[in-house]
Amino acid sequence: MAIVETFALSRWFGGVRAVDGLSITVDACEVFGLLGPNGAGKSTTVKMLTTLLRPSAGRATIDGYDLVRQASSVRRVIGYVPQLVSADGSLTGAENLRIFAKLYDIPHTEQRARIDEALEFMGLTNAAHAVVGTYSGGMIRRLEIAQSMLHRPRVLFLDEPTVGLDPSARKAVWEHLRSLREEFDTTIVMTTHQMEEADGVCSRVAILHQGQVAVIGTPAELKASLGAEGATLDDVFIKYAGTSLESGGYREARRTRRTARRLG
Amino acid sequence: MKPDALAAPRGAWANLRAFVAKTLVMTELEILRLRHDPTELISRAVQPALWLLVFGQVFSRVRGITAGGVRYTDFIAPGILAQSVLFIAIFYGIGIIWERDLGIVQKFLVSPTPRSALVLGKALSAGVRSLSQAIIIYLLAIPVGVHLNWNPSALLGVLVVVVLGASLFSTFSLIIACLVKTRERFMGIGQFLTMPLFFASNAIFPIVLMPHWLQVLSHCNPLTYQVDALRALMLVGHASDLGLGLDFAVLIIVTILLVLLGARLYPNVAT
Repeated sequence: MAIVETFALSRWFGGVRAVDGLSITVDACEVFGLLGPNGAGKSTTVKMLTTLLRPSAGRATIDGYDLVRQASSVRRVIGYVPQLVSADGSLTGAENLRIFAKLYDIPHTEQRARIDEALEFMGLTNAAHAVVGTYSGGMIRRLEIAQSMLHRPRVLFLDEPTVGLDPSARKAVWEHLRSLREEFDTTIVMTTHQMEEADGVCSRVAILHQGQVAVIGTPAELKASLGAEGATLDDVFIKYAGTSLESGGYREARRTRRTARRLG
Repeated sequence: MKPDALAAPRGAWANLRAFVAKTLVMTELEILRLRHDPTELISRAVQPALWLLVFGQVFSRVRGITAGGVRYTDFIAPGILAQSVLFIAIFYGIGIIWERDLGIVQKFLVSPTPRSALVLGKALSAGVRSLSQAIIIYLLAIPVGVHLNWNPSALLGVLVVVVLGASLFSTFSLIIACLVKTRERFMGIGQFLTMPLFFASNAIFPIVLMPHWLQVLSHCNPLTYQVDALRALMLVGHASDLGLGLDFAVLIIVTILLVLLGARLYPNVAT
């Protein structure tokens, strides 16, 4: 069953077409990866699908709700973990969760149980009352995921969820995400640069290039389509997105480095 | 398209309650932050102390500056309170840009919270921060011998005016932040605005002493109405020059208009 559908979704900034006629379908309970070099339109797509940015043209539905006309219903069924470090460092983990439990209208009587459960699920029970400023990068990410899941969203959007994390923290984040998905049947839509990671966790991926879908399929299909023995998703990426990993520019570079620094 | 089942119409009363509750969540966030790190409240006490103890004391010796027989130290205390509130509020936008850079704004915007509740909540947060200034200035005003009005309803009035003034100028600041979007540009504009707003008001000198063009500007400046209300409420036996009704009307109407405009612009800061 399709849970995210986009129909020629487009966004342009001035004359630049950041996303250009994107039509994709994500089925319920998938882990869908949006891959592509910087500037390919991944972040713009996620911003549109999370209602942060209005599409210039085209439309999309999430869990049957129209992205633009029913934005507030869409907001109730999605969760979002931005690429940036979005937990409030001056509050404790539990306080961070409490603020969002209230913003998401979780009934007062249930708040405490939900927060405790989310903390336990993400392995943060012991750190619940420590100030987030003292957390490690992996813990912060897990807290952000816990926060985005409090209201049991149907679709969870993750923008570069493991950027700046060391391999063990990255592994822990993915283990938690996987069990969360099994427990609550959440669909995950994520952007990533890490081809190896996408290969390991995504049920399907779309490689974007200059705002359009260059190729879409399961990692196995895409690798097989190259026809070469032992082809990796990296090879698929280079074939469809070129080697233009250098694009993206100053702002993107500054942001990625800032995220990496804050998590590291 | 399926109907908005989850956001079913709940009636005006329930919607209003939800709006107020969400607004207060944003304010609660600010209180939590302040509780974890109250140092800012203390460092903020230095500037009003200088104005009240140094500037006010020296200028009280200048003849001709007293307005309507009021001692200058009395005259300036409400002005300094308004100024401290203005300084806190006018740089509030920098916090919005900071939250945007962190990704906090994005998460607020993705949640099903009315934009106007987010903006009003931010405005009240500035009000909470400013209340500490009121306490500090009352504490400083006692030893200086300012004739303070301790009537509870007057004190409550001061509290309301401080929160209103902070809301007004912090929302103005939020709007600028949403338009310029970067910290560097914001700092320039913030500094450019603060002093003119302060001097083109009745905060440290009576309007009657001003040249005509400045009098006109002062009457267009919401800060003037805030100071006028504070002076009437804080001091014993000092009547409002402009009328308390007009003061409150100006502050409330301007704040509402700014919040509505801010709610429209706030999503822009995330893009």
